Amino acid sequence: MSETPPPRIVIVGAGPAGIRAAVMLVGAGLHPVVIDEGQRAGGQIYRRPPAGFARTPDQLYGSEAAKASALHALFDQLAEEGRLTHCAGSSVIAVQEDRLHVLGEGGVQVIFHDRLILATGASDRVAPVPGWQSAGVYSLGAAQIALKAQGVALGQRIVLIGSGPLLTLVGAQLVKAGADVAAVLDTSSWRQQMRGLWRLAARPLVALRGLALRVRLGGRYHTGVTLERIETDGNGVSAMRWRDAGGRQHLTPCDTIGMGWHLRAETHLADLAGCTFIYDERWWQWLPKTDQMGRAGNGTYLAGDGVRLLGADGAEIAGRLAAAACLADLGFPAPSTAADLRELARIERFACGLASTFPWPAAMVRALPGDAVVCRCENVTAGDVRESVDFGGGEANRVKSLSRVGMGRCQGRYCQLAAVELIAAQTGCTPAAVGRLRGQAPVRPAPVGAFLRDG
Amino acid sequence: MITAGRIVRLAEFDRAEVHFYLDGQMWSALAGDTVLTAMLASGNALRKSEFGAEPRAGFCLMGACQDCWVWQDEGPRLRACSTLLSEGMRLRTMPSESWL
Repeated sequence: MSETPPPRIVIVGAGPAGIRAAVMLVGAGLHPVVIDEGQRAGGQIYRRPPAGFARTPDQLYGSEAAKASALHALFDQLAEEGRLTHCAGSSVIAVQEDRLHVLGEGGVQVIFHDRLILATGASDRVAPVPGWQSAGVYSLGAAQIALKAQGVALGQRIVLIGSGPLLTLVGAQLVKAGADVAAVLDTSSWRQQMRGLWRLAARPLVALRGLALRVRLGGRYHTGVTLERIETDGNGVSAMRWRDAGGRQHLTPCDTIGMGWHLRAETHLADLAGCTFIYDERWWQWLPKTDQMGRAGNGTYLAGDGVRLLGADGAEIAGRLAAAACLADLGFPAPSTAADLRELARIERFACGLASTFPWPAAMVRALPGDAVVCRCENVTAGDVRESVDFGGGEANRVKSLSRVGMGRCQGRYCQLAAVELIAAQTGCTPAAVGRLRGQAPVRPAPVGAFLRDG
Repeated sequence: MITAGRIVRLAEFDRAEVHFYLDGQMWSALAGDTVLTAMLASGNALRKSEFGAEPRAGFCLMGACQDCWVWQDEGPRLRACSTLLSEGMRLRTMPSESWL
């Protein structure tokens, strides 16, 4: 036997993809390091409340309770048995060749790796609505996390706006938990939804579950709406102003808004790891390029919603595939992946159906009034973006330098796609031609003190 | 349960009480609350925007948007959505004037 040390494999993210990748690597006799921002493994969709909370998995995860519990139990067992190293509450803030800079409670440490599996997930894809910088406006994901991980509603009277599976799901979950949901406003029209319906037949049970959730929302749910503005007073949100599909004006009093148009892949680390990106027109966003197993080249593998927005079931499969690819590349015997690849193709057909059924509201963004805030971090307006295009041209990074859109502390996560739409409209080119904001380390704010060493 | 602030507690009431200070006033919250939950159960906002007149109260709750960084009396800031509240924390919605 040679004395070569075993390969060091680091997985970033302990959601469904990261957990499945870890399980497969442990099964092959390896000891992966799993770095995750959460205190407990599970990711966002299967996020767990802190210790001492009492609701059951059925109450927390509904129809997905068995899957969530299985993942949690598997991961906890491997961590307890010492078969993987779990760096909880830790953020990878930079990638430099074989080194990851990891910010945890004790400061920044460097973790080396031979192979890197990124399972960084996604966050809400949001589109600006005038007034959205105000206190009381949250992402749909935030409303769900507050309910699941803290047992709270973010306000006393909530209006949900946007489009996509999360809109219906969060609405139904809030209603069930006893929150006051005043309205659920979907910007996708009936016609759009009917057109996409046949594709959703790729996963009939999931589609039916979605319809059942919508039934629970009853008269609160409106389709084909036009969102005019979020009205505010000195404290924050006071009402949602909108028009229904028939053009009638509505003013719905509320103190809280949840917004989101499906998901945006979290790709900063893939960018820093040197992955190639392509503009995916189905998802209206830039996504890292991989082969069907998740290989991105240079020993980097991507899995889950951070590379393809397939949801939790797809992420579990993608996590297994990425780990299998990693094992095969290292010369380990890798399990057969044919069944997983077939299932992933079916899930992808369904996901593409969702993408066209609940589209990104490009026209709404392009029509934003000049004084509407696009960047919440620094209150850069649509007018600022348009002016900088007229002055300096329509390339995303140049517009960022001139107008500061995308330069705030969220690093463009919540404004980039809207800014691209505005730039494209102003120059008359496609969003793909506008280009992509380059990722910059640190991908999370890090206090200077975290880099200091004692002694 | 209607709270003094923006947030409404819907479940998980059976937890120990934890005390903290918000702008110098003592409040109680529950063990397992994040700083964001505790502050918004007691008040209306986390901080003032540096770039506009409006108060801010967080946005994504998953550590991505960085809207919820709040000040502490001791100086260091913390991200309210991803930090659990601990007994005796001294939180502020604005930096102390003596720092400026």
